[in-house]
Amino acid sequence: MPPTSSSAASSRPTLPRRAAIVGANRIPFARSNGAYARASNQDMLTSALDGLVARFGLAGERLGEVAAGAVLKHSRDFNLTRESVLGSRLSAATPTYDVQQACGTSLQTAVLVANKIALGQIESGIAAGVDTTSDAPIEVNDELRRVLLAANRAKSTAGVLKALAGLRPGQIVPEIPANREPRTGMAMGEHAAQTAAAWGISRTAQDEITVASHQNLAAAYERGFFDDLMTPYLGLTRDNNLRADSTLEGLAKLKPVFKPAGYPDTEATMTAANSTPLTDGAATVLLASDEWAAERNLPVLAHVVDAETAAVDYVHGDEGLLMAPAYAVPRMLERNGLTLQDFDFYEFHEAFASTILATFAAWEDPIFCKERLGLDEPLGSFDRAKLNVVGSSLATGHPFAATGARIVPTLAKLLHEKGSGRGLISICAAGGQGVVAILEA
Amino acid sequence: MSNDWYSDFVNSGFGKAIAGQVGLPPVPQLRRYEPGQPLLSGPALLGTATADGRVAKVVRSLLTDLGIEVHDDPNAAVGGGSSSSKVAAGIIDATGLSGPADLAEVQAFLTPVMRRIGPSGRILVIGDVPAEATSPAVRAARRALEGLVRSAGKEARYGATVNLVHVADDAVGADLESTLRFFLSSRSAFVHGQRLDVGTVPGFSGSSQGVDWDRPLAGRTAVVTGAARGIGATVASTLRRDGATVICVDVPSAGDALARTANDIGGSALQLDITADHAPATLLDHAQRHGGLDIVVHNAGITRDKLLANQDRDRWNSVIDVNLNAQLAINDALLGSEVFHRGGRIVTVSSMAGIAGNRGQTSYGASKAGVIGMVDATAPLLVEKDATINAVAPGFIETAMTKAMPVGTREAGRRLSSMTQGGLPVDVAETIAWFAQGASYAVNGQVLRVDGQNFLGA
Repeated sequence: MPPTSSSAASSRPTLPRRAAIVGANRIPFARSNGAYARASNQDMLTSALDGLVARFGLAGERLGEVAAGAVLKHSRDFNLTRESVLGSRLSAATPTYDVQQACGTSLQTAVLVANKIALGQIESGIAAGVDTTSDAPIEVNDELRRVLLAANRAKSTAGVLKALAGLRPGQIVPEIPANREPRTGMAMGEHAAQTAAAWGISRTAQDEITVASHQNLAAAYERGFFDDLMTPYLGLTRDNNLRADSTLEGLAKLKPVFKPAGYPDTEATMTAANSTPLTDGAATVLLASDEWAAERNLPVLAHVVDAETAAVDYVHGDEGLLMAPAYAVPRMLERNGLTLQDFDFYEFHEAFASTILATFAAWEDPIFCKERLGLDEPLGSFDRAKLNVVGSSLATGHPFAATGARIVPTLAKLLHEKGSGRGLISICAAGGQGVVAILEA
Repeated sequence: MSNDWYSDFVNSGFGKAIAGQVGLPPVPQLRRYEPGQPLLSGPALLGTATADGRVAKVVRSLLTDLGIEVHDDPNAAVGGGSSSSKVAAGIIDATGLSGPADLAEVQAFLTPVMRRIGPSGRILVIGDVPAEATSPAVRAARRALEGLVRSAGKEARYGATVNLVHVADDAVGADLESTLRFFLSSRSAFVHGQRLDVGTVPGFSGSSQGVDWDRPLAGRTAVVTGAARGIGATVASTLRRDGATVICVDVPSAGDALARTANDIGGSALQLDITADHAPATLLDHAQRHGGLDIVVHNAGITRDKLLANQDRDRWNSVIDVNLNAQLAINDALLGSEVFHRGGRIVTVSSMAGIAGNRGQTSYGASKAGVIGMVDATAPLLVEKDATINAVAPGFIETAMTKAMPVGTREAGRRLSSMTQGGLPVDVAETIAWFAQGASYAVNGQVLRVDGQNFLGA
């Protein structure tokens, strides 16, 4: 809260107000076990923060807060964001907290920071996310853990020995985090394959999304779009998953995986190309009040208009794991009196090419819209030329918690370049959740 | 320990003894500037060649105001010592020469000075501008000073420098203050055997009233291109030390090092390819965050060395584009924009290779000579904005680039100079920071070598 004097009236601005997106910084995203194999989440987040600090001359400044998180997190990283800020050039008086909402993490942190700004609780803040699948936590085997804890609890030597007698050779095998849903035991790709089959998403349509993502990202790099959104890290100057020469013919040669369970007549359609690869990276976005930005002559790229988070019952509810955005978007549209067609840009996180295609198909389907969304008319289709115009996760890669903080400034800059307009962000997340937001310039 | 093993050796106790016995050339250790350091570390001798000398008065008041002991007689006993005690500076006002006969007065003053000058001492000759004389005898005498200074430079030892400042008829003593302070202080440690003209571009205006000489760039905003590493990073930190807010610019691919430079000095980082069409506009746009721009340092430069016989157009053009065309485009934008403030300063980096040429560096040499032409033509255009443009021409400077040179080339680069060593990036940065001062308003269109009087092209 801004400082107030005892005699003066409250200095609170007229509220609520829209939070501004001022700018951003991320490090290039790296395919797993590659360029960042030895970098920790804290290393990457600190570096991304420092690049942001440098871009906006914030060295030594106290910001309202930094909200960030990681999906794959070591237990020692319980205060990951705080530790990263302490290691960065920001003032150590900048408070922080960690958030974890799977792939929705850093869109959610952006919403949290934006809401505090909107309410006048803070004037500036950084939303961020980071993930590494290379430096992933490996846990001690759960049975071994129980034995060791029991030994620790024992009050006598005999008790310790008795507990340790429970040790078995098999317990040496560690627990390695897997990209699986705990409640179904299915890989995320297996879930996505079922959804694709349910909606009849073709291999060709998925590959078209994939080629467009790579080509759009490559063209964006060529025109310097990322020059003020990215800072190189550990020798990488671009996302190294990018294949600028991707073609439909090339992708058609890849062997598909994830034959959908329960759909005996449907072939596997998902490939290593039309699914996002495991990736390491970090992204940050600077939000502020218009006043804070104006005091520093900093640009306002766009404003956060609204956001919505949805969750679906993918365990018992006959809904796809990654379909929550299909529910979140119409709720947010209705609240804002908008239709699906009222946007200049659509930024959809491409977890799998099939995921966004299934979402689009659902919105065009009168039955889904009637029965699941309670709408008399389907949401309909939109101009696909406005979709992910500078590439998305299939090309950049997808460090889970960093994707939101990649997409928010990407859309903000697109709107700023255009001069005015409105954009929609949609991110699906593990656990059957989805975070969506509207930005305007 | 530096990377100059020879210097380390002859400056060690054992090495000094050996070097003295077998006649190895010494490598003087140069006094360099630190904030708060006094202008001179001891007494000064101040001579006047003729009764018409017009600058001795201002030099005397500058030195005495700073509490420096000043003597007119070059044979005076100083500092409570004798007539042979060391002095920190010998300055002669050689303006008003009526012909070559007057040069004897200069000699009579400098001869004892050369014997008495202390380590890293400063010998400064101040004369009139030869081209402003119509009489052959007067012009000859004025020009003679240059030969005297350059030769004396080759005789000076222990890190003492000998330099010549020409003062135009239009300039008065006060216009000299920042220049005197630069050449007398240890900011000019590696500027040796050089000539600089003050007030030669007509119409200059400015003031050195009220300058905080410890932070002469306070309140000013500067851009430094090529700031990620090397000389550029040192320029950025030196400008910051002198009080400026610095926008650090480099290519996006150098962004991580650039961010470190910017964060180290509380500046901002702008990832920008200066050869892009939008670069001047982007630069000015970013500068508006800081309320406008006072100082632009064109430091970014590349080499793509090839013998001329093996040269190709792409390689050639890449060097000309970065080292020359980008600067021209940015200067055009600065001239036409209010974002570049009145009293602004442009400082560009030429090179010894642009003056003397260098094997394998036809493109680099061409670009760096082109920079000098750019300075010549831009200087008068800036007068209406009370702005200036000047160039520094580094000689052999110890950087990561020179570290990677073959030993023979590197050693020749170091030893074939009066200082028998390479300079440091900070030597280049100090010169740039002085050009950038508001008080340097009368210094315009100059190219100053920072090369320890390198023998190439001297």
